[in-house]
Amino acid sequence: MSAREAIRVALQALLSNRLRSALTTLGVLIGVMSVVLLVSIGQGARTEITGAIEGLGSNLLFVLPGDGDFGSGPSRSRFIADDIERIDRQLPGEQPRVAGSAVGAESLQADGQRFNATVQAVTAGYTSVLDRELGRGQPFTESDVVTSRRTAVLGATTAEELFAGQDPIGRQFSIGGIQFRVVGVLTRIGGEASPFGPDQDRTVLVPVTTGQRLFGTDRIDSIFVRASSTETIEVDRSTTERVLGERLDEDEFSVVSQDEIIGVVGDILSILTTVLGAIAGISLLVGGVGVSNIMLVSVSERTREIGLRKALGARTRDITVQFLLEAVALTVLGGVIGLGLGIGGAALVAEFAPVPAEVTWWSIALALGTSVAVGIIFGVLPARRAGQLDPVEALRRD
Amino acid sequence: MTGPSLLSAEAVERVYRLGREVEVHALRGVSFTVDRGDYVAIMGSSGSGKSTLLNLLGALDRPTAGHVRYDGRDVADMGDPELAELRNRRIGFVFQSFHLLPRLTALDNVALPLVYRGGTPRSRRQAALEALTAVGLADRLDHRPGELSGGQQQRVAIARALVTDPALLLADEPTGNLDTATGDDIMELLEQLQADHGTALVVITHEAQIARRADRTIELRDGLLVPEVPA
Ligand SMILES: Nc1ncnc2c1ncn2[C@@H]1O[C@H](COP(=O)(O)OP(=O)(O)O)[C@@H](O)[C@H]1O
Ligand SMILES: [Mg+2]
Repeated sequence: MSAREAIRVALQALLSNRLRSALTTLGVLIGVMSVVLLVSIGQGARTEITGAIEGLGSNLLFVLPGDGDFGSGPSRSRFIADDIERIDRQLPGEQPRVAGSAVGAESLQADGQRFNATVQAVTAGYTSVLDRELGRGQPFTESDVVTSRRTAVLGATTAEELFAGQDPIGRQFSIGGIQFRVVGVLTRIGGEASPFGPDQDRTVLVPVTTGQRLFGTDRIDSIFVRASSTETIEVDRSTTERVLGERLDEDEFSVVSQDEIIGVVGDILSILTTVLGAIAGISLLVGGVGVSNIMLVSVSERTREIGLRKALGARTRDITVQFLLEAVALTVLGGVIGLGLGIGGAALVAEFAPVPAEVTWWSIALALGTSVAVGIIFGVLPARRAGQLDPVEALRRD
Repeated sequence: MTGPSLLSAEAVERVYRLGREVEVHALRGVSFTVDRGDYVAIMGSSGSGKSTLLNLLGALDRPTAGHVRYDGRDVADMGDPELAELRNRRIGFVFQSFHLLPRLTALDNVALPLVYRGGTPRSRRQAALEALTAVGLADRLDHRPGELSGGQQQRVAIARALVTDPALLLADEPTGNLDTATGDDIMELLEQLQADHGTALVVITHEAQIARRADRTIELRDGLLVPEVPA
């Protein structure tokens, strides 16, 4: 039997049992759809988060509390503001090259407008070390920090929410009931919250001393070191480690570069994507079992047909191929529709949900490849059973 | 005519095993030959082994002892693809219960054996059309089996057996599901085709008046041949 003929016969058989075919396909369809969708979300999150980290600049070193093993969970920071100055003094070149921040969430209020924002208590060098531009006004100065002045630099969204389009420079607002004066507004960067910092547009920067008093702490959560170039990054790293090592234990801090963070985060997100894909794969597996099941029913229902075809000259192989093609046709149909719905779903997620979703060529190839594979794997048992039916027995069946 | 017979059975036995202990000796050493153009009836009461013999002759089954040969070649030496080709090219089956595929039209049912030997769909339809015309059903091409009478269904089945231009027609109780008048029509049709095409015809029956029509009758009793009686 020619391949074309075999496909025609397979499709005919499926069409003669439309509802059953549709329901069987549904299992595979849902499986493929969820694989595509979940892998897209995982992939999108990866792109988004690594992009956010890259946006911080490639010459940046992050000093984080703990021994740098992401698996061991968050550690309490033991950094203090003095650490920042001590590191900066040891680094060559134009200063400031080191900045730090402590983070808290507070309720803001101005002219009756309320807004919940992330308050970052930062050192005077923060905006220059992290390369943040101000759209209006000025960053606060060393003297603001030294005298714990109640001045603030607003993120773009924060400024809009609090002052509804009016010029906020020089205006008053309160953080947790304490009055602050706006000295600057950051330009919008359009990022989103990431594990390495809050949404930079929904933030408020205040002098580190003022902020620490507000939070009732003297801790610093993270320290940022800008290397003067990619070549000096390792020198700056060991300087930083040496200075911090004078005061802290080795496992109380770790200095990591942007590349290392991207590597670790990338690994975590790859695992996440794989796990999501595998969970979705289970539903694909269930769909495949459904295909197997229905094909077995179909073989037993069509025993007489199989016997007849053999009497008329079908080889074992012809029958096996016929049933295998039926199974593959079912799963590929489910795969194609599931792929379409998965891509559509990913587009919807990207549009309406805060999680990004990104369909990659390999997730498409994966979906189609697996649906063919599922058809073959779960079709082969029923198909072989069909092919090996004894024609005499099969024809006797009524 | 010299050379090997179209079909020969040599001391053919067939034992069915039911479970561990029980064996049914359906055929206990049957020998005979069928030559080109022969018209043979295989007679016997129910359970005498007729269908078992037909399955062996049709290369659907293998004997537990003895040999079935086509053109001198032992069926036991053939693999699955060769057996399939033998059934497809040399043998046409007609069954008691017709065995038409209910989903397919009469034309597609008749074209079914041709699917396993290549050729274009067009040429297959043409051959099927000719076969259906030969059995007098040119006006029922697009009917499905459910829309046809028993006699018409058996005619479709005969057209399907004929469409491959086989050397041998094997009919197992072809009139068994039909009334006497329709059964006679079917027998006449088979005989006419046998005469027109020079096809050998082997008809299995338990009815003496049908067996009597053949040139030669082989009688089976409890899996053994009763010495052949010329008609
Ligand atoms: N597949 C089988 N398994 C076991 N016994 C069988 C099988 N087919 C036929 N028989 C037995 O073999 C004997 C001959 O059967 P069969 O060839 O069908 O006779 P007939 O067609 O003459 O009625 C019977 O006793 C029947 O029960
Ligand atoms: Mg019988």
